[in-house]
Amino acid sequence: MAEFTLPANSKVKIGDTYKAPEGAKRVKKFKIYRWDPEKGGNPRLDTYEIDLDDCAPMVLDALIKIKNEVDTTLTFRRSCREGICGSCAMNIDGTNTLACLKPIEEVEGDVAIYPLPHMPVIKDLVPDLTVPYTQLASVQPWLQADTPPSPTEERRQSPEERAKLDGLWECVLCFCCQTSCPSYWWNGDRYLGPAVLLQAYRWIADSRDEYTGERLDALEDPFRLYRCHTIMNCTKTCPKGLNPAKAIAEIKKLMVARQ
Amino acid sequence: MSADRRPLSPHLQIYKPQLTSVLSISHRITGIALAVGTLLLTWWLLAAAAGPDAFAAVQGFLGSWLGYLILFGFSYALMYHLCAGIRHLFWDAGYGFELETVYKSGWATVIASAVLTVIAWAIAIASA
Repeated sequence: MAEFTLPANSKVKIGDTYKAPEGAKRVKKFKIYRWDPEKGGNPRLDTYEIDLDDCAPMVLDALIKIKNEVDTTLTFRRSCREGICGSCAMNIDGTNTLACLKPIEEVEGDVAIYPLPHMPVIKDLVPDLTVPYTQLASVQPWLQADTPPSPTEERRQSPEERAKLDGLWECVLCFCCQTSCPSYWWNGDRYLGPAVLLQAYRWIADSRDEYTGERLDALEDPFRLYRCHTIMNCTKTCPKGLNPAKAIAEIKKLMVARQ
Repeated sequence: MSADRRPLSPHLQIYKPQLTSVLSISHRITGIALAVGTLLLTWWLLAAAAGPDAFAAVQGFLGSWLGYLILFGFSYALMYHLCAGIRHLFWDAGYGFELETVYKSGWATVIASAVLTVIAWAIAIASA
């Protein structure tokens, strides 16, 4: 159900401020969501003043600088720092994106950073992604075919069949789109969400997969698929420029076509 | 600390309003407004059937500045819901999902619904 306010234990309080070093000329304020499971209590918003003349260009660079030089307790996920691994997904300046692909320059005023929206928080900017991972597993995201593969060659596709997977295989499962969707916020326990449905379509669209019917059967449900109301926040926010809303629409079309 | 004590990360409170989500929720709100407006229409028709006194009372209310404001809002809700509904029909058919197209059709919906409302009122006022 839609709950428009945060539970009492989740309301964000004002936190500490860490001043920029003396003589800093280009100071930018980073307002970062903090919550420590060992201390408990409510989350708070800490302010870190960073000298941009002494910081690399991306938001992730600033986070790493804060962790290295200002406050080692700041916790966030990161790995590849080039938009391939999908680890540093978070809400920056009001929209979900990868911190490593977001230039600080693009943000006017203070840089507000929160964990991915409407998720249980493990610590600071690290959300608990158990539910979306379980949902991903539920669509069985692997090739399924009863016809045994040839012992001498791979399962072949024409260039046209392969082209149908473009815009789908590039997804890095960062869940930016998933957690940008208001419908997923209100019905995330039963609606699969844009990232998982894009993965489902990636296998439905695969010419080598022989379980299209079963895959569609599993999605034929008022919640799993049809809680998508074409809000389009998913496509708007995808840091890889993919189009989950279109993938969902293709699934809906296939549902109608097979009736 | 046990998992159920984990805070829920902020959502509506921090997510930037943008054309995609604002037009979507507007479609829903105008849908609700249309349901309420239909009750108003029913009231007007019932009053017409009930007799001249009842009808005059309703007409008096609808002719007041508040009545006009409600009717104007009702008519805009109708035009917006109509235009946004047509946009949804294109999406249901699989067209118009590119982000650039989404923004163009979104602004077209906003502008077309405003223009249609003004035209409807111009015709209503001219023929009154």
